[in-house]
Amino acid sequence: MSDQPDPRSFLSADRADGSIYNDPALFDMEMDRIFMHNWIWVAHRSEIPEPGDFITTFVGPHPVIVSRDRKGTVHVMLNRCRHRAATVCEQHKGHTASFVCPYHGWAYGLDGALRGVPHQNGYGDDLDKASLPLVNLRVADYQGLIFATFDHAIPDLDSWLGAAKPWIDLFMKQGAGWPVKTMGEHKFTFPGNWKIQLENTTDAYHFPIVHKSFLDSVDQETQDILNFVGGKGFVEDLGHGHSVMVMIPELVDLDDNLDAPIPERFLELAAQLAETYPPEKVRQIIRAVGGSGFNLNLFPNLACSMAFFRVLRPLGVSQTEIRHIAIGMDGGPDIANQARLRLHEHFQGPMGFGTPDDAEAWDRVHRGALAGRDIPILLNRGLAHEEKRADGHLYSDVSAETGMRAAYRQWLAAMTAEPAGETVA
Amino acid sequence: MTITLDEAVALVTLEADLLDHGQFHDWLGLYTPGGRYVIPIDPDAEDFENVLNYAYDDAAMRAKRVERLLGGRSISAAPPAQTVRLLSRYRMLASDGDACTLRCAQYLKELRQHRERDYAANVTYRLVRTPDGLKIDLKVIRLLIATEALTAVSYIL
Repeated sequence: MSDQPDPRSFLSADRADGSIYNDPALFDMEMDRIFMHNWIWVAHRSEIPEPGDFITTFVGPHPVIVSRDRKGTVHVMLNRCRHRAATVCEQHKGHTASFVCPYHGWAYGLDGALRGVPHQNGYGDDLDKASLPLVNLRVADYQGLIFATFDHAIPDLDSWLGAAKPWIDLFMKQGAGWPVKTMGEHKFTFPGNWKIQLENTTDAYHFPIVHKSFLDSVDQETQDILNFVGGKGFVEDLGHGHSVMVMIPELVDLDDNLDAPIPERFLELAAQLAETYPPEKVRQIIRAVGGSGFNLNLFPNLACSMAFFRVLRPLGVSQTEIRHIAIGMDGGPDIANQARLRLHEHFQGPMGFGTPDDAEAWDRVHRGALAGRDIPILLNRGLAHEEKRADGHLYSDVSAETGMRAAYRQWLAAMTAEPAGETVA
Repeated sequence: MTITLDEAVALVTLEADLLDHGQFHDWLGLYTPGGRYVIPIDPDAEDFENVLNYAYDDAAMRAKRVERLLGGRSISAAPPAQTVRLLSRYRMLASDGDACTLRCAQYLKELRQHRERDYAANVTYRLVRTPDGLKIDLKVIRLLIATEALTAVSYIL
């Protein structure tokens, strides 16, 4: 272990060394200690609604299949045949009764059980199929968010999410009474470390600077709503590396303030909805279409970010994949979901009016952090007036770096933890 | 009078030239007022309104996109990437009176901040004859890598 870097040497309470973004040995440690020993978000319930549905994705660098078996139980399994390690599925999503390895035809059930081995008599008695399922990770879900981990010893998902759970509940009010469903995603990469992205979702400070051209493209009322730096919002450290950044306090609970005036940009949609729905429901749908007023960062790879899920995946020390998953109302009015899709396209994705500018900033951080040695990255914004309140949580203003400090505290805890228990693989 | 292949190719070639040379305001004038500029994600998507796209621009969004590229207030587009694109493999799928559907291949090379990238795409146009001449009523750009992870595209494909 002596050749591993000491994570403590990269971090102090309010700053990080620039090499935290580009040390390959540190990255290898992260893939083990963070991505194999924490709950990692893998899917939303609506991506695999029916028995037999599956998607393929990743837990850190590990390819996995997320499937729903005949009884409705969700499995997260390594996408690796137990014979000679070939991936058994390369489809991004689909519906199936089994996963058959294309190499020698070993067949697995939706729960990963090894069902069939061609010409099994070639093994004599030397093959115990019951001991060779696809390797199942530990799985748990909350409010449709499905998480998995290699580690069977870490605390359960409920205690891991802890104080973040009420915020997840609030975020899901974007269903306007219907379940939330995913509606497609924008997937893109940027040349830089994953933690640059982790920081960004709890960084209100950049918004009016980086997103000038987006703000130019929306109406005055929306510009005013998004002019939140210096406003009444706040950042709260929720523990375990999670944090919430409330940018628009009026849009925390979408079921509140239903008598507030409908924003001008939604008047036409409201008029159309009023042909089908009573006034109260119209207002609930309109508030849901506009999205939540906060970003909830769940360490290490998911953010419930205003109106979408942001998922990060480290591809290498200097390469990161981001997915911005659109969400909508499952069973809700088409015109409302169309409005959400258009709002998502406006800001998100490689051709959105927001994301390319974010990506440019992250790219610049990556390249700039290669300049010089022993120059700290500052994480001290908002520290001067940060306070611990009665609930034991740290709070500071909306543009504080409280959420980044929270994430890095958890990063350090995970990176320096003694291995607590057995992993499944 | 039926739109000929030559007429159609002349229009889409003009569009390509305007985009590669940053003449975005002129580009806006090539479209009908109700025209759409679409970059889908799903290769099979036809009902673009009900799915997530990379771009699903009406006239207002096209104008905003141009403003963003020329306004100098977007760090990813200040300056916009330089592009060179080739259109080829033209085929008139349908031509009926005042409208036609043209399909072609587009190969584009991008240079920005010392990085070259390229994008191949199938492009389908619906062109219509108007009192002001031939206009684009629909352009659908199906990127070969639409379902893969892209990088930021701060220009007009």
